[in-house]
Amino acid sequence: MADNAKLTEPTDEPDPTVVVDGVDIVYRVNGTSGGRGSATAALNRILRRKQADKAAGVRTVHAVKNVSFVAYKGEAIGLIGTNGSGKSTLLKAVAGLLPVERGKIYTDGQPSLLGVNAALMGDLTGERNVYLGGLAMGMSREQIKERYQEIVDFSGINEKGDFISLPMRTYSSGMGSRLRFSIAAAKDHDVLLIDEALSTGDARFQARSAERIQEMRAHAGTVFLVSHSNAAIRDTCDRVLWLERGELRMDGPTEEVMQAYEAFTGGAKKKPAPKPAA
Amino acid sequence: MSQVLHTPPRTRTRAEAPQDLAALAARHGLSVSGARPSLPQYVRQLWARRHFISAFATAKLTAQYSQAKLGQVWQVMTPLLNAAVYYFIFGVLLQTKKGVPDYIPFLVTGVFVWTFTQSSIMAGTRAISGNIGLVRALHFPRAALPISFCLQQLQQLLFSMAALVIILLVVGVPPAASWVLAVPALLLQFVFNAGVSMILARLGAKTPDIAQLMPFFLRTWMYVSGVMWSIDNLLSKHQDLPVWADDVLRANPAAVYIDLMRFALIDSFHASQLPPHVWAWATGWALLAGVGGFIYFWKAEETYGRG
Repeated sequence: MADNAKLTEPTDEPDPTVVVDGVDIVYRVNGTSGGRGSATAALNRILRRKQADKAAGVRTVHAVKNVSFVAYKGEAIGLIGTNGSGKSTLLKAVAGLLPVERGKIYTDGQPSLLGVNAALMGDLTGERNVYLGGLAMGMSREQIKERYQEIVDFSGINEKGDFISLPMRTYSSGMGSRLRFSIAAAKDHDVLLIDEALSTGDARFQARSAERIQEMRAHAGTVFLVSHSNAAIRDTCDRVLWLERGELRMDGPTEEVMQAYEAFTGGAKKKPAPKPAA
Repeated sequence: MSQVLHTPPRTRTRAEAPQDLAALAARHGLSVSGARPSLPQYVRQLWARRHFISAFATAKLTAQYSQAKLGQVWQVMTPLLNAAVYYFIFGVLLQTKKGVPDYIPFLVTGVFVWTFTQSSIMAGTRAISGNIGLVRALHFPRAALPISFCLQQLQQLLFSMAALVIILLVVGVPPAASWVLAVPALLLQFVFNAGVSMILARLGAKTPDIAQLMPFFLRTWMYVSGVMWSIDNLLSKHQDLPVWADDVLRANPAAVYIDLMRFALIDSFHASQLPPHVWAWATGWALLAGVGGFIYFWKAEETYGRG
């Protein structure tokens, strides 16, 4: 293993930015009783506690299993895998947003996910959402004011009229995602985590956002990219982690891993059943 | 060696990896991701996000009525209609007003002040569990959410107070210098609400079922808090009540804040009707709930977001 060799020689090692050490992530989902009425199931759960967990509708989803890797400064790392393989979950754990069940994740600075969707409100105007999203990401009012015009111009929202002063719910889905990306991309990050952000908007906006991501890469120490677009991974990343059913299946240079992955997804005619993980 | 492994590469360095990776992280001064910050650090982080807290509160408040034709007029209309309904039921149908001078302002003040606490606590209960998407997408001290929801309720209450002032003037209660006392009373109540909200936000994050139970608990609390009737009248009518019942009724934080507001706004509500040491009680409840709730919430900071 490439990075194993790096681990054993402590002298002149590159700077790690993210160290993931034997991490397990487990989701617990309430109220998923299969078949039986959920009221009896819930009662069962209270009465018989742990042994009845499965029957009583608490299901655990083991989304990431014993994953370890080290990411170094200047790397752009792609995360690939079929749907439900735990890519996004792992990314959220690296960002410190999802608690791990076992193991530890060490980071240099605060990794941040590229995305502010959850903070924005459809009933508010685009303008207010720019401020709200910026504040939610931890920018100051002055910083947002400074970058406001840049954000609006980048999103291209105002190209077809004064849309920024309309509520966001009136936007087309493309316009909405363009504005969301523009807000999210307005902040500089140490460790940047991107989850399928490249596929928003029309072709022109995609080109612009790819450019912006390259720019952010230059500023950020390390970039992680989750994507189902093999082309995007090849364009952006120099190292790829392949997750399958929550397990780290392969870790190596982009081309090597991508070829194995393509052989797996294309070669094996039927994909493995996707797990119900997020 | 990068080859397709059909079993996970568990064989890799499972035995030695923990020390090695932990040591590597330590050598380069990496910190554990998602660890709970110390309390002073947490307070600093929260202070740094104060603009987010206020912007989020205002945004929620504005978004609430943005689809309605009358828009923000509902901010004042809703509390007025609420007051009208309570007046009809308790003032007209049940005749609770017997013996209470200025019953309309008495009732409306009670309803508004109580609603502030009630909706703050309700919103607090769902602050984490109802915003799991936000918690899982962005970094910020999670206490920002319950505090922000309480701030939204405070803003809502300020609209209600505007409606209340209209009612007071219409009913003929003259403006007085004592109205200024409403400000410290509101601040103390806000701190109390925020504290209780944070406690329930933690409970609700772990057990979302709490949100289903809260309405029943809150309704019971409302009926014993003298929102529609005068605790003072009740106690003077029933001298045979045990002393502890008397003390509990008067020390109830909701009753304390409601009576303080009535004392501040209504000139026929005299200081003699207030429980003894009322400001001490109001401050004590605020400090106890505010500080206790904040610490209790912070203790579980790193666990919020687990689904």
